[in-house]
Amino acid sequence: MEPLAHTAPYIGYVYPNETVIPWTVLIVVYPYLTGLVAGAFTVSSLYHVFGMEQFKPVGRFALLTALAFMIFVPAPLLLHLGHPERAFNPVWTPHWTSAIAVFGYAAGFYVLLLILEVWFMYRPYLVQQAQQRPGFLGKLCHVAALGSHDLAEKAMRYDEKWIFALAVTGIPAAHGLHGYVGFVFGSLKSREWWSSDLMPVVFLFSAVISGVALLIVLYVLSCKLRRVPIDLPCVKGLAYVLWGFAMFTLVLEGLEFANIVYKAREGIEIILEYVTGPLIVPFFILQFALGAVTPLALLTYMIWKGTTGRALVVGVTTSALLVLFSVWMMRWNVVIGGQEIAKTAKGILEYQIVILHREGLVTAVSVAVAPLFLLWAMVRMLPPWMETASWEVAKPRAGDRRGAVDRRNA
Amino acid sequence: MTNPSDPSGKARREFLRRLGGAAVACSGALAGAGSLATTRGAPQKESRPAESGSFPTKDYDWTKHRWAFGVDATKCIGCLRCVEACKKENDVPLDAHHFNTWVERYVYLEGEDKPRIDSQHDPVNIEASGSQREYRFANRYKDAKVEKAFFVPKLCNQCSNPPCVQVCPTGATFKTKDRVVLIDQKYCIGCQYCVQACPYGARWFNAKKGVSQKCYWCYHRITKGLQPACVEACPVGARIFGDRNDRQSPIKIFMRNNKYRVQVLRPETGNEPNVFYVGLDSEVA
Repeated sequence: MEPLAHTAPYIGYVYPNETVIPWTVLIVVYPYLTGLVAGAFTVSSLYHVFGMEQFKPVGRFALLTALAFMIFVPAPLLLHLGHPERAFNPVWTPHWTSAIAVFGYAAGFYVLLLILEVWFMYRPYLVQQAQQRPGFLGKLCHVAALGSHDLAEKAMRYDEKWIFALAVTGIPAAHGLHGYVGFVFGSLKSREWWSSDLMPVVFLFSAVISGVALLIVLYVLSCKLRRVPIDLPCVKGLAYVLWGFAMFTLVLEGLEFANIVYKAREGIEIILEYVTGPLIVPFFILQFALGAVTPLALLTYMIWKGTTGRALVVGVTTSALLVLFSVWMMRWNVVIGGQEIAKTAKGILEYQIVILHREGLVTAVSVAVAPLFLLWAMVRMLPPWMETASWEVAKPRAGDRRGAVDRRNA
Repeated sequence: MTNPSDPSGKARREFLRRLGGAAVACSGALAGAGSLATTRGAPQKESRPAESGSFPTKDYDWTKHRWAFGVDATKCIGCLRCVEACKKENDVPLDAHHFNTWVERYVYLEGEDKPRIDSQHDPVNIEASGSQREYRFANRYKDAKVEKAFFVPKLCNQCSNPPCVQVCPTGATFKTKDRVVLIDQKYCIGCQYCVQACPYGARWFNAKKGVSQKCYWCYHRITKGLQPACVEACPVGARIFGDRNDRQSPIKIFMRNNKYRVQVLRPETGNEPNVFYVGLDSEVA
């Protein structure tokens, strides 16, 4: 029979109860998924709120990506809970001093917001499909349109207003949700590695870069699969966003680490022993050198040289993959790293991942990959590709900056 | 809706627990149903009429007591009887990784500035005891020149500003009127945020029950006028327990006699522990 608790080997002195690491790889997956959501939503907002036309090819896709990943955000938490059937206790009887108590409300609100925005965006499509498609799917689209079949200009303007309002509301919602995840860690005074005022900000910025990177990878991949040309201005725009936010993230992470080292509060000896020992590879080499500095250098070089064409796509996609990896390592180094430094400040533990377990590697990978399948299904049902969207109804809006850009481009 | 072959509903609970979050929507619905059921049975902590009469039991009024714990490290001999007594009394898993209370050994060897610290869970000590179910300190320093050595019993500090209570998302863990931090095992969701928040490592997760646990000064005993199991088992009186409202209680006498010597662990956290120590040196945290 498999043991109920997997214990961690250690050196030095650790409290007896610390030998069971409380938060496992699933709690690494959780902020990773939330971060991807926040980042994907950011890109969606750049188009829908700020009217940045170059992101039009991924505008809808970004929103679907955010929704697909957001739906799976509670999964790692539910799998982690000792009593998942009590998961709604914090919702019914929230204990407001707890950072986690907000999660149910924040996540619920955000999922609703995403669903609403997606619905408004796809309402014309649903109406069109309900009229054209025979059989079950047609009926399904008919039902999904919720009886709102009016595609007249007035109705479309109304929809546009909603989409805009939801996209605006979504920005603080998505970023608030992820900043809050950083607060869950940063607000704990029991662990020096976590206890940082910068933690929510670091989480937020790394979230944005992970989401942008994910979109780059998925967009390029989807173009290859659909055999359509990749929109270079879009990729370049995403590369700029990635570069800017990645720069901020790197600086913030550097500052946070410098703060810990410079303040050198109680326990700094063990932290230094940890970062210069077990953390050398995951922290300095994988997270910083490979995951942060390399893509930044690559992107800088490409922007400087004005790289374009296939080289740009390859370079940006490579950078995006490295950033995705870096953010994963950042989550790992925060969540697992914080627990590997003993609260005694006199010992170091070693988290050993279990392969087959409720909180094991297979579960974690499954949860992390599952949103991609959902996204695939969603894309099949609700085609997000604007260049091929024959159903898209022209939606001019009074004083619409996008309209202005369109006209200029024309 | 009880399964006749499983009247306690254990299998159902286990199934639900395992089912976990396999399908989010599905789990959400289950969770909703499950937690609604739990909410009805959950004590309404804030609204209990604690002021007006006896609580939590008929013969006990928690407004009349102010429990506190004392540890005289100069008396502790590291026999670990307290640890074994606690495990038996509170059904703590008999292994080297889950403890409501433990004892730390600090040994300063000649020529060394920092103490060597271990506890009963150390593999060397477990090997000496021959089992994870019984505890003893191995005589590992018999060939070394020991300058100074002492034992420090540890347990939940039942802090006045408990960070574990602060972070609990449901309020399943709460501070009682008589100064003990309790956990409602029927309401805890098992997120382990409290385990993370406790700087003393006093909390642990019971994977079998799916809830967090810790020392609660044997609340089931003290509310009946008994002493905590560890206090009763201690052969040298290193553990002192009592009611600070009672001038003649052992803790009150202990505090009075050691007025300028008592200290608490990690005072800088602002947690305001209610376990008071005598005989520690600065290395103990």
